[in-house]
Amino acid sequence: MLIYTLSFPEQVVLILAALILLSSFIMLAQVRVDSMINTFALQGLLLCFATTLMALISGKYHLLISAALTLFLKVFFIPGQLRLLIIRLNIHREVEVLGNSSLIMLFAAGLVLFSYYVALPIRALSLLSTRNTIAISLAVVLIGMLIVISRRKAVTQVVGFMSMENGLFFAAVVSTYGMPMVVELGVAFDVLVAAILFGVFFFHIRTEIGSLDTDRLNRLTEVEK
Amino acid sequence: MIDWIFAFLQTVGFVFLAPLMAGWVKWLKCRLQNRQGPVPWQPYRDLLRLSRKQVVLADTASPVFRIAPYIVFSVTVVAVSVVPIISVQLPTAALADVIVLVGFLALARFFLSLAGMDIGTAFGGMGSSREVTISSLAEPALLMALFTLSMNASSTNLSIVIAHLVQSPFVLYPSLIFSSMGFILVAIAETGRIPIDNPATHLELTMIHEAMILEYSGRHLAMMEWAAMLKLTLYSVLIANLIVPWGVGMTLAPRALIIGSLSITCKLVLLGGFLAVSETVQAKMRLFRAPQYLGLAFILSLLGMMSHIILEVR
Amino acid sequence: MDPTMSLPLAQWAVFFSFLSAILPLLFLRRPYLLVRIAFLFLGIAGIASAWAGATALLTNHVEQIILPLGLPWLHVFLRTDPLSGFFLFIVGLITFIIACYGPAYVRAHIGGPCPIGCLTFFTGLFAGGMMLVLLAADAYSFMIAWEFMSVASYFLVAYQHDQAENRSAAFIYLLMAVVGGAFILLAFGVLAGFCGSFSFAAMAAAQVSPAWSTIAFLLAFIGFGMKAGIVPLHVWLPLAHPVAPSHISALMSGVMLKVAIYGFIRFVYGLLGGIQWQWGVLVLLTGAASAVLGVLYALMQHDLKRLLAYHSVENIGIIYIGLGLSMIFQATGHMEIAALALIAALYHCLNHAVFKSLLFLGAGDVLQQSHQHDMEKMGGLIRIMPVTAVCFLVGCISISALPPFNGFVSEWLTFQAALQGTVLRSGILNAMIPVASAILALTGALAAACFVKVYGVIFLGRPRSLQAAGTQETSFGMRFAQILLALCCLIFGLFPTWVVHAINVIPARLLGVGLSKVADNGWLWLAPVSKQTASYGAIPVLIGLLVSWFIVFIFLHDPRQDNRIRIAPAWDCGFGPLTPRMQYTSSAFAMPIRRVFSFVWSIFEKIEPARQGKGPRYSLQITDWVWLIIYLPLGKLILKLAERTSRIQGGNLRVYLSYSFFTLLFLLWVIV
Repeated sequence: MLIYTLSFPEQVVLILAALILLSSFIMLAQVRVDSMINTFALQGLLLCFATTLMALISGKYHLLISAALTLFLKVFFIPGQLRLLIIRLNIHREVEVLGNSSLIMLFAAGLVLFSYYVALPIRALSLLSTRNTIAISLAVVLIGMLIVISRRKAVTQVVGFMSMENGLFFAAVVSTYGMPMVVELGVAFDVLVAAILFGVFFFHIRTEIGSLDTDRLNRLTEVEK
Repeated sequence: MIDWIFAFLQTVGFVFLAPLMAGWVKWLKCRLQNRQGPVPWQPYRDLLRLSRKQVVLADTASPVFRIAPYIVFSVTVVAVSVVPIISVQLPTAALADVIVLVGFLALARFFLSLAGMDIGTAFGGMGSSREVTISSLAEPALLMALFTLSMNASSTNLSIVIAHLVQSPFVLYPSLIFSSMGFILVAIAETGRIPIDNPATHLELTMIHEAMILEYSGRHLAMMEWAAMLKLTLYSVLIANLIVPWGVGMTLAPRALIIGSLSITCKLVLLGGFLAVSETVQAKMRLFRAPQYLGLAFILSLLGMMSHIILEVR
Repeated sequence: MDPTMSLPLAQWAVFFSFLSAILPLLFLRRPYLLVRIAFLFLGIAGIASAWAGATALLTNHVEQIILPLGLPWLHVFLRTDPLSGFFLFIVGLITFIIACYGPAYVRAHIGGPCPIGCLTFFTGLFAGGMMLVLLAADAYSFMIAWEFMSVASYFLVAYQHDQAENRSAAFIYLLMAVVGGAFILLAFGVLAGFCGSFSFAAMAAAQVSPAWSTIAFLLAFIGFGMKAGIVPLHVWLPLAHPVAPSHISALMSGVMLKVAIYGFIRFVYGLLGGIQWQWGVLVLLTGAASAVLGVLYALMQHDLKRLLAYHSVENIGIIYIGLGLSMIFQATGHMEIAALALIAALYHCLNHAVFKSLLFLGAGDVLQQSHQHDMEKMGGLIRIMPVTAVCFLVGCISISALPPFNGFVSEWLTFQAALQGTVLRSGILNAMIPVASAILALTGALAAACFVKVYGVIFLGRPRSLQAAGTQETSFGMRFAQILLALCCLIFGLFPTWVVHAINVIPARLLGVGLSKVADNGWLWLAPVSKQTASYGAIPVLIGLLVSWFIVFIFLHDPRQDNRIRIAPAWDCGFGPLTPRMQYTSSAFAMPIRRVFSFVWSIFEKIEPARQGKGPRYSLQITDWVWLIIYLPLGKLILKLAERTSRIQGGNLRVYLSYSFFTLLFLLWVIV
């Protein structure tokens, strides 16, 4: 699909897709916990815009509900909760140093390429004009996973996990105009519960092992060293 | 024939007006920081004063040190001459495409760094070492961004790229957004501005460009300073005309030329303003954060290229 | 130019090379005469070879003869065509220049521990062997000539064998050459198995199944790659090049590596055919890895010749990038772009031969005069040896791929070919090719950084040791050779249209398509694809440069004012005299890059604090990862296996006899 054959709102959706991918990269590179949460909120906002636009393009107005849910949950509620958490845990000024950030970034760029390769056959199944973005959303999912892997702190791992969910949601919106409402509501609810559960978990982890560094969980191993 | 005369005049005009850009940025920056600031045409006074002063040469200087300013300056002038500034009907654009343009700037940098190594003081070597490090990290990002920009027009000839962008219907290219962000980051690094280098300091821990030209004086220093101003304005013009190409004339008709000059003036004034603001709100980075900064530029350019392939082509 | 003359001339060239090996041996008592005669004949061989090559290339003519040598059913086929002509030209050109350079250079070895006759003997054999490789038109004579080349160069590497380090370098070189030769032999074997003949003509006509042709390709890729020095098969290069005499290093790096490229092109394009795009991807990625790793390792060296050797790895990588692009485009049916990429690769072969020889000759000059291998102890040589310094500067600019010299043109062509990648259907290739070209850009910039270091530390600044201060300018022959090469750098950079036009017949023969529009825009403009896509006018650029230089010179030298220059000591910040030790050294210069790319090397850095009576000591050791990851474990493995097999050598006579006995029984059983 050549880009200049698309209508203007569709072009905007593509731009938003690219920006969502960029926000994933920023999250990956971000060393400060609070900035990372802000970036996550920004990604949610972009996602909300994209969903609204898709709703207006397609005339499927139930997507507007999804957009509103996204706005509420991913832009305000969860980031707000996380912010509260890190302030209460007193880690909002902490800096988390990545191993070799340039290499990780290059690896993430490779992931984008890989997901493009993987998405080629899937793309052929979709008829929407915005189907090119499937690869992007898959890349967002994979980069989310990479964030979880490359981080040590539980909070940032959770943010990575949430951004994976963003990628899934975006894929659903752009390739099939969203999942059925029930599924979507269920997922949103799951995320909400997960956010609260994680919040509870953080405190437990900290009281158990005295740190939020999940690498320390190693000491829970039953294997005798 | 008339286009060649136009190309010559454009180059000469650009060379003589470029210091104004540097002066404007400096003046605005001072105003933003609540300082009086030198008048925007202060660079002309400096250049004139320097060119009248006697050259004092270190006794350890070799001929390389003496010819380097001439090479740096004339290579930058040639680089300027191939960039369409007012109108795309520029015969010199066929002399050198955008890759050759990057090559010119690299040649200038090569001699600049050699000059830094020549006297045998610690400062010069330090400046050269840092300069080549930063530029070698910037180069892949720069070329990647330029490749992406040129892919839409499937040409690396600057005139044709700009003409293509102006004449084709307005499209929001995701790739353009990314590669222009990458390009701007690289341009800031290559022209030695905050947060990579500080053009206003002579503190050994922070300087790069100034360290290399520390031993220069008189007309040699004037040429080096002038070349640096040319480079700053050249990158600004590239940003202005590649990313926001509207206004560049398609022909040499008087109307097109007037619109072209007005638009490029507005764009440069705005860009200078942005530069001044960004330099005011930011601090200089540590040297070893520069790789991360340039890595970001590279990632942005890479994303631009990928989004061109994934989102735009088919 | 008589087109039929190419082959006889080339044969004369081989003959004269061998003559330059053998004839001087009659004068072993008179070493000065020996050296003159040897290099005289070598020079004649060089001219003949260059002439033959130019004839074959420019007349686009194929000449072939069958010599009734060798075994009765296995004659020697000799052939010149544009491809071999192009490489013959390279070999001839550099050989001729070596012959100008050699006499004065070799004189320093007269009366040394190693006999001078040895050096000239093997030099002649080496040059002749390389020419024969290019002429051979059947696998049998190709392999013989190839081994000739390898073994002769082994003796040249081992020439200064009084040092243990040189012996071990030569041994590793020989080992890798032999293993590489075995791979090439196997590759030919695959093809010979399909066509039942050793002649290249029969091999080219053979129908090879895709699986077997992939196997043959991989064998040839490894075999020729070992000689060419791609990562990770490059380890012999930085060991062997520094220990050979400098003119031999120039021959080995400038020419012998090109012969390996020739073999690869001949095998893949000429004999194998049916190129698959996956091969191209392999070649492209290997090339990109070689280019960037080569230059990064080069940056960390402070032995000048070892640094240049690593740059050979880099440049071979750039050539392989061009070849890989060409193979990808050919396999996907974009013949014209494939031709462009192939031309870029070939052009870079020529350019690398010229500027790398220039740099090695300059390095030889510097080393011979200063008696220093270590860059950290040089400095300020531009004041003592100005001619060498200027020529070396030209070489530095060329190898850093800066306009208007030759290295830039071939890299520019490679970029142009890479930019055409958008025509490909596959998105993966579409994305991979720009990334490869970004790596190429990184390589170019790092090479520039490296040569700023080299030139700045060796020629600029102040002398860092007494030897460096006591250097002298060299003799005329050595300077003449360097000036010639520097001029070649300029000419091949300023007239790219002619060079491309001449090389154009090679893709026309190999791919069936050449570049059609090269000369459309006049000889001033190089526009490989079309004028709309990209163009480069080297001469107008140079004129523009000179004009603006002139104008600014006039502008700044106002006759009404005093333009004299005052010489004064450099500002020392008021802390007393500046000493040469305050300058940035080679290690210091490369330190930021070392820190940024620290994952590429295995770095061992140690700072001992100052103790009583002693200042602080800093030591830095940088090792090639490839050694640690591949070669050392491999060596250990082989040793272990050897230990195991040594058990069958019990030392008992009856045991040995029983081995023979059982072998005999086994063979009889097999035969019956």
